[in-house]
Amino acid sequence: MRSLFRFLLRNYFVMMFLALEAISFSLMVSLNNYQRVAFVNSSNDLVGTLYERFSHLDDYFSLSRTNARLAAENASLRKQLQFRIMNQEKYPVNRPDTVEAPAYYFASAKVISNSVNKQFNYITLNKGSRHGIKPDMGIISADGVVGVITNVSPNYSTGLSILNKRLSIPAKINKNNYFGALVWDGNHSNTADLKEIPFHIIVNVGDTVVTSGYSSIFPEGIMIGTISKFDVETGTNFYNIKVDLSTNFRTLKYVEVVKNTKQAELKKLETNNVGE
Amino acid sequence: MIKDFGKYVIMFFVLVLVQVLILNNIQFSGLVNPYIYILFILLLPFTIPGYFLLGLSFILGISIDIFNNTPGIHAGASVLLGFLRPAIAQLVSSRELIEKGTSPNMTQLGSANFIKYTVISVLIHHLFLFFAEAFSFGDFFETLLRWILSSVFSIIIILGSQFIVFKN
Repeated sequence: MRSLFRFLLRNYFVMMFLALEAISFSLMVSLNNYQRVAFVNSSNDLVGTLYERFSHLDDYFSLSRTNARLAAENASLRKQLQFRIMNQEKYPVNRPDTVEAPAYYFASAKVISNSVNKQFNYITLNKGSRHGIKPDMGIISADGVVGVITNVSPNYSTGLSILNKRLSIPAKINKNNYFGALVWDGNHSNTADLKEIPFHIIVNVGDTVVTSGYSSIFPEGIMIGTISKFDVETGTNFYNIKVDLSTNFRTLKYVEVVKNTKQAELKKLETNNVGE
Repeated sequence: MIKDFGKYVIMFFVLVLVQVLILNNIQFSGLVNPYIYILFILLLPFTIPGYFLLGLSFILGISIDIFNNTPGIHAGASVLLGFLRPAIAQLVSSRELIEKGTSPNMTQLGSANFIKYTVISVLIHHLFLFFAEAFSFGDFFETLLRWILSSVFSIIIILGSQFIVFKN
């Protein structure tokens, strides 16, 4: 026992190195559990505050771009509203149904940190559990889908962006409703792969890809992007489809968090099916 | 000694902030991610005790990890660099210089040796970093390219900053 201690003491540099590397590796591996180690995470208050301060500074340089984007979104919403009003005039008996309360609510939030150049990119928002944000809520922007919330603190939250190979989003081709899964390819911040689309259906460059609404995280029909390239790999039954993402992750500033009020109910119902 | 301690504390915070607030926002084709915070490990005095060197490397790495949402990756890479630093220092400088207890900066080592010291350290650190980040050898050449390009940029930034500081 004494000689063991002496050995450890003499080689403490190597031993300490090995111990610290072991800690690092265990942190790295626990990252695969999706819910990551609580403190090594930018949703904590200190880091969140720092990022928020810096993002205030950064805001002034993108004011005009942000304004233009908000104006464009306003215009498109106004157009939709006009359409609704027109329908209302045509079918005046169409009373709102109080039983069918809308399932989705949207809360606006600001991006205070966001990366695009890693293999696993994360996004930090300036709203947290105090504002009703919970894990598993979707994040969208005026241009399209952004990601999913994974960790929340009282004032901040972090999530996986689409640019994270661990995230897979149920998506469909808008014109024919065939659905697959959208996964990032890990290379460019503006393209992703659409998988599991069988090769017998007809696909064109420029087709719109939207969320399928099968996940209870995103409502149906939120824009994801357009098909930029496709081919069939020999020996498989599926297309290789490249999608140009409609969200520009490099200039992302304002997003909305999607709250599905019926998510818990849906999840409970779906877990009932597992045993059968 | 106390003055030096203060200097290193300031350097620690400045390097971490420059890294997470400025350099992490460099978005250039996703292949170039310079990491210059390891300059802190490079500039620690030669005579620093081993446990201190490893401990500081770990704290530095984990600080970067917290900002980047990459638990363990930077910590692991920094600790590896801290572990290998005495060997690298021996490779590029003489015994007298190390025993004198100076800090391995450009004036002490001379520019040629300091460049060698930086290049070796950055390459080792970034190699560990990018393969740990990919966590597989799947996209081997992609990761290799990312390693080389990022290392080149880190080396340029580190050496540039040192040339400015020690230009006289």
